[in-house]
Amino acid sequence: MSNAVVKKTLVSLAIAGAMTAAQADVVIGVAGPHTGAYAAFGAQLWNGASAAAKAINDAGGIDGEMIKLVKADDACEPKQAVSVANRLVDSDEAVAVVGHFCSSSSIPASNIYEEAGVLQVTPASTNPGYTDRGLPNVFRVCGRDDQQGDVAASYIVDELGATRVAVIHDKDTYGKGLADAMKSTLNAYGVKEVLYEGLTRGEKDFNALVTKIRSVDADVVYFGGLHSEAGPLVRQMREQGLTAKFISGDGIVSDEFVSVAGSADYVDGVLMTFGADPTSYAAGKAVVKKFRDSGVEPEGYVMYSYAAMQVVAEALKNADLDPVKASDWLHANKVETVMGTKAFDEKGDLLVSDYVMYEWDKQGKYSMLGM
Amino acid sequence: MDIILQQLVNGLSLGSVYGLIAIGYTMVYGIIGMINFAHGDVYMVSAYITAVAIALLSFFGIESFPVIIFGTLIFTIFVTGVYGWVIERVAYRPLRGSSRLSILISAIGMSLILQNYVQLSQGAKQQGVPTLLSGAIRFDIGDGFVQITYMKLFILVASFVGMAVLTYIIQKTKLGRMCRATQQDPKMASILGIDTDKIISTVFVIGATMAALAGVLVTLDYGGFDFYVGFIIGIKAFTAAVLGGIGSLPGAMLGGIILGLSEALFAGLISSDYKDVFSFSLLVVILIFRPSGLLGKPEVEKV
Repeated sequence: MSNAVVKKTLVSLAIAGAMTAAQADVVIGVAGPHTGAYAAFGAQLWNGASAAAKAINDAGGIDGEMIKLVKADDACEPKQAVSVANRLVDSDEAVAVVGHFCSSSSIPASNIYEEAGVLQVTPASTNPGYTDRGLPNVFRVCGRDDQQGDVAASYIVDELGATRVAVIHDKDTYGKGLADAMKSTLNAYGVKEVLYEGLTRGEKDFNALVTKIRSVDADVVYFGGLHSEAGPLVRQMREQGLTAKFISGDGIVSDEFVSVAGSADYVDGVLMTFGADPTSYAAGKAVVKKFRDSGVEPEGYVMYSYAAMQVVAEALKNADLDPVKASDWLHANKVETVMGTKAFDEKGDLLVSDYVMYEWDKQGKYSMLGM
Repeated sequence: MDIILQQLVNGLSLGSVYGLIAIGYTMVYGIIGMINFAHGDVYMVSAYITAVAIALLSFFGIESFPVIIFGTLIFTIFVTGVYGWVIERVAYRPLRGSSRLSILISAIGMSLILQNYVQLSQGAKQQGVPTLLSGAIRFDIGDGFVQITYMKLFILVASFVGMAVLTYIIQKTKLGRMCRATQQDPKMASILGIDTDKIISTVFVIGATMAALAGVLVTLDYGGFDFYVGFIIGIKAFTAAVLGGIGSLPGAMLGGIILGLSEALFAGLISSDYKDVFSFSLLVVILIFRPSGLLGKPEVEKV
């Protein structure tokens, strides 16, 4: 045998050895937009998941097995999501996935994971369709768009005691879905909306609609849609002298809401539902501090990803690392996370959603109500 | 009663804006027989220039409303006029004499260039200008009221003044005569000593200035804008121009008002979901019975 051949054999033996060692680890994929327009969110996912994995490994891993994370980049594109999901399942032999970020990626990828019996916990996909298809392996640690509507409806009925509610939406999947979810809970409370209408995205003049809201004498206006339409709408309401409460969802949670409305005076008092500040949970205080000490601000979905990784690890621990059993276990048991106790229903949604009401103030900032 | 009157006020102010932008479509069509699809984006650019102008003025410590609005108008109209001139120079003049199809594609390309250039240089996010003029005039009618904000009133007055000045220029001045001559027969006009290239440039500049007037007024009124605002309002204004009779100046204004009123009344009295369906159906119906639009003259084959 020549020297080169010996070398080659040794190298391949070494690789094989490394691979066997790797297979002994628990491989978990972190899937999301690590490149592209939404790469900032991918970084949040990675920060949260890797910090959680490190903490779990430092504490002895899952039943003594170390977690090994694999980055899977879907760029928020459904096609790429399917191909990275296949790669995670086939060549990386992942048992679980934290991700994906976009609902449009999570949904097609979940079919691949279901076939392979891989556990999927998303920190960020809120579209109801993700869990509504009844797959046994999908979970989320964030709320659903329709839970958001429920929170708004119960606030309108219980806190505001409103009876004349106008429901406006932007005819888009997200906006109309949210408005319809709110409307159906509202109707279940016995309150019938006085107006239900769609506006056109991209337009700026909603005066005709505002006059109509005025004519039905609404005390609450609920809007399902984005800030680009909510801004002009609320401004034109105030300009026509309407003092009705304006409530919307997480589509307006952006400073741009103030700039499209023209000034902070117009957004003063606007209510919106949005996930509770993930850094406000008592259980997560130490982790938040650790992030800040290491120079990483636990913004956006960092804490959600941390919690998702904890959910995955806890489920695998209680199911002898079998992802299919882990899914069954999660449907029946609670998990303690940095965002409080998380319990899932039979579809994989949170039993208690974390949506809370926020209010905008005169300075153009928003804060949680009752905090 | 008060609600219907209020919807009329809403429709009138919306319609006058459509009308102003429609002038750009109608004049360019009148003179070179093509649709300037970049016109809506010229309007969009003027919204950004408005914000720049306000920022500049406030940088120099100017705070009184009349000075700000006239300063902004002059600055925006001038810069947008330059845009209009450059667009004609770059996208249309080199193609003079080519088939209508190539000019059409060039126009759509220009529109995409403007949109993407603004998006890349300014970001895709929503921008806004502060409220400069607030308050409204209110009339009590029975139990309710009809109101018009000062800003809307200003829009109405400014657009009618703009229209009147433009009509005067086209009907009474030498420049207007040259425009009309070029529109009627470019070859003959050029034989008689009119620099038709210059006239066509002028028409593009006039169209851009009218879009700029609308851009300033609408931006100050609604506050927010982004790189995409030109699209929908451009299509609406184009519809208004066709409705009133493309090529006809009073037709553009009439078309704008009719479109604005029909949108407001339909949205207010029936449903805002279907207001665009209604407006465009109205357009189809009018074109069936009057193919050249309300005030348009049927094209006569020149001999």
